Amino acid sequence: MSEARDFKYIGQRTIRPDGADKVTGRANYAADFALPGMIWGKILRSPHAHAKVLSIDTSKAEAYPGVFAVATHADFPGGEGGSIEAGESAVNLKDLSRNILADDKVLYAGHAVAAVAAVSERVAEEALELIEVSYEVLPHVMEIEDAMQADAPVLHEDMFTKGLDEEPDKPSNVATRTELKMGDVEAGFAEADVIVEREFKVSRAHQGYIEPHACTVRYDEDGQSLIWCSTQGHFDVRALNSQLLGIELSRLKVIPAEIGGGFGGKTTVYLEPIALILSRKSGKPVKMVMDRDEVFMATGPTSAANLKAKVGAKKDGTITAMQGWMAYDAGAFAGSPMMPGVMTMFTPYDCPNVLVEGYDVVLNRSKTAAYRAPGAPQSEFAAEMVVNEVAEKLGMDPIDLRLQNAAKEGTQTIYGPKLKRVGLVECLEAAKNSPHYQSALAEGQGRGIAAGFWFNIGGSSSVTVNMHSDGTGSIIEGSPDIGGSRASMQMMVAEVLGIPLDRLKPIVADTDTLPYNGTTGGSRTTFATGMAVIEAAEKVVEQVKARAAALWNVTAEQVEYADGVVRNLAGEESISLAEVCKSAAQTGGEISGSANINARGAGPSFAVHLCDVEVDQETGKVDVTRYTAIQDAGKAIHPGYVEGQYQGGAVQGIGWALNEEYVYNDKGQVDNAGFLDYRVPLASDLPMIDTIVVEVPNAFHPYGVRGVGESGIIPPLGAVGWAVGNAIDRKVEELPCSPPRVLSMIQSG
Amino acid sequence: MAKTHVTSTVNGEAVEFLCEPGDTLLDVLRNDLQLTGTKEGCGSGDCGACSVMLNDRLVCACLVLGVEAEGAKIGTIEGIGSNDRLHVLQEKFLEHAALQCGICTPGLIVAAKALLDENPNPTEEETRYWLAGNLCRCTGYDKIIRAVMDAAETMRESA
Repeated sequence: MSEARDFKYIGQRTIRPDGADKVTGRANYAADFALPGMIWGKILRSPHAHAKVLSIDTSKAEAYPGVFAVATHADFPGGEGGSIEAGESAVNLKDLSRNILADDKVLYAGHAVAAVAAVSERVAEEALELIEVSYEVLPHVMEIEDAMQADAPVLHEDMFTKGLDEEPDKPSNVATRTELKMGDVEAGFAEADVIVEREFKVSRAHQGYIEPHACTVRYDEDGQSLIWCSTQGHFDVRALNSQLLGIELSRLKVIPAEIGGGFGGKTTVYLEPIALILSRKSGKPVKMVMDRDEVFMATGPTSAANLKAKVGAKKDGTITAMQGWMAYDAGAFAGSPMMPGVMTMFTPYDCPNVLVEGYDVVLNRSKTAAYRAPGAPQSEFAAEMVVNEVAEKLGMDPIDLRLQNAAKEGTQTIYGPKLKRVGLVECLEAAKNSPHYQSALAEGQGRGIAAGFWFNIGGSSSVTVNMHSDGTGSIIEGSPDIGGSRASMQMMVAEVLGIPLDRLKPIVADTDTLPYNGTTGGSRTTFATGMAVIEAAEKVVEQVKARAAALWNVTAEQVEYADGVVRNLAGEESISLAEVCKSAAQTGGEISGSANINARGAGPSFAVHLCDVEVDQETGKVDVTRYTAIQDAGKAIHPGYVEGQYQGGAVQGIGWALNEEYVYNDKGQVDNAGFLDYRVPLASDLPMIDTIVVEVPNAFHPYGVRGVGESGIIPPLGAVGWAVGNAIDRKVEELPCSPPRVLSMIQSG
Repeated sequence: MAKTHVTSTVNGEAVEFLCEPGDTLLDVLRNDLQLTGTKEGCGSGDCGACSVMLNDRLVCACLVLGVEAEGAKIGTIEGIGSNDRLHVLQEKFLEHAALQCGICTPGLIVAAKALLDENPNPTEEETRYWLAGNLCRCTGYDKIIRAVMDAAETMRESA
């Protein structure tokens, strides 16, 4: 790979191949699908945050006219145990089945208890009211600090804290304690001239995809099953349903619909197993679509967190020690993204002495799910706020302090490996030289800066490039396209084959068509599936060269392929790709290339954001007046969609920093389960989001690609948080900086 | 429950349907008329994914009852652009990469067209406030605003 390489298609702002379908309304999302004879499923949810389920009487609902089936946890075949890898982490199947339909206990308000399939959604909803559930209400615990107390109500009698020095003898809401360290923080802090230590709180935030979860399923009498659904990973939907319901993989076909946003939240299953049970019991296809309040009450979000950060530095700006502590809210079942929070917290810094401690805590809120760089925004927020304060105390420019201590090639990470070539320094320099950073602030405005680190992942990608007799081709891939990845696949294959984009059609295929593909998550698709399509296209080129060489009676080394044409280096002849494809059947069979890879060498993507705000002193309302997102893409295949990832991540982070939070009442119920009260950013809230695409190539990808999807949500929390504090001359310690919270900070004097 | 017979015009074509009193116009469009380009994101008028034109007024189809469509003229995303040519707004959304997942796109294009029909030369601020009822979680709105303003300019030039 060469940095100076001339690309024909890579780096162009092409029109996405699925574009016309999406701007005309023709694209089929999960809720747009229907089957003949289909009935509708709806879910009964617990009003209680914590209760024993003594009994469920479904007889009246079953007898209600128009009802075809009722499901409860008892309909799972049982015996599910252990865990499997799905999405970006291991999934505990017993917990998953009990989250999908509560067993002997409900653990949060909104927890699914039973489901009905009926002739219409209205009839199903009427029948839900006839289900009689007898609860014994238990005390509930909603806050992380309360759930960690020794006398807190315990959610799971069989949960004993893992990772303690001594084996605990009492169950606890702390699922896991973990610690990562390197060097000697005590010695590091002793060397420091300045030490800043603060505690922070971050609210839980929902992914907020506009498309609610939806599926249509059919369970046939011969045991064959079909799932049409909205997911980031249909192969994992197949794996999870297979395990939960005891269906062989080959009998379960999952067709990925167009997906209306996921951000990590559509990497697990909620509806599909219930719909399969209802379809099996009724003998009819079943469609289920969540209402928006169900999405907020019972899916996602990511964790709230309590955090501490302590950073020490010498007068010359050398950071000598960094220490962190965090407790993450997992929701009702273990498995918050605390571990990546611990791993990423101080990774933007090359510091020899680091100690980070983390706790994974269960409480009576909905189970959390992955959300864009899971776990990193919370912990890195705490780190970045304290680093900014160290710069302030030292009288240093916060970018200069970061440049002096920036992680770079060879920096030892706390989680094991040393960093390969990364682009943090380049991002910081771009930030420093940006028109934004060079501009002066107006009276009353504040400015913040923060950096962000995310690993990115590789993983399994299996693809086939099929060539047709007219020289056009189909790219068959298994990565659901959320943000325009079909465009990047088309561009990468066009680059290898040297033929126009419109001759190549990318298709996201179902689980019967391809071997396993990992979920679209971890910023992996353009990197890993991109590597696979490049390899598959190269195999096509090899075959085309071999056919031409045979035609001319020369060796494959004696022919050259460029721009869709094979040339005989030993003679004058040339033949086009289309001509080779046309006669392929006569020269040895049709032409296609497959690649089934497990991609290694994902390149971390560092980001640096700049934010200016204005604060209304009377209401506490914060307006973002200027914003710049700088991030290392490695190589931007489609710059427009790369910028889109930066802008989208930045705005989700701005929402989390300024307004988005879960509000619970004293019964533990979500009081703001809708878009009116869970307020995501609107067009009228925002300025343009300027972007700077830094390109420090990732040596492990043929074109230098790093994933870009996730890092962009990390820096906004620190950049906005610091900017708000800067504008009102206070230190922000709690997010979101909603108007009441900011007003109370202003008034606190 | 007795269904009501409703006659209306959708994208210039006369249609008839039967609907229950509680069915929304969105239910009717999606489930009875198979016009699934209009999306449901919230069912409470907060996200704008179901934006349609009702008698030349921009509304959320989830807040209109099916029976209210009696005698009305309805316009949906399926009526924008022609068989052989996308509408300028649709072209500009694609040129500017103004969509990622695309679930909000039909509603945004319907709402943006309503804006440009009323105000062919909107400022950035006017565009942002007009589209404040249409949530997009993917793009951060930047490219959407640019696409709409670019479309407005192109339409003014060709007017």
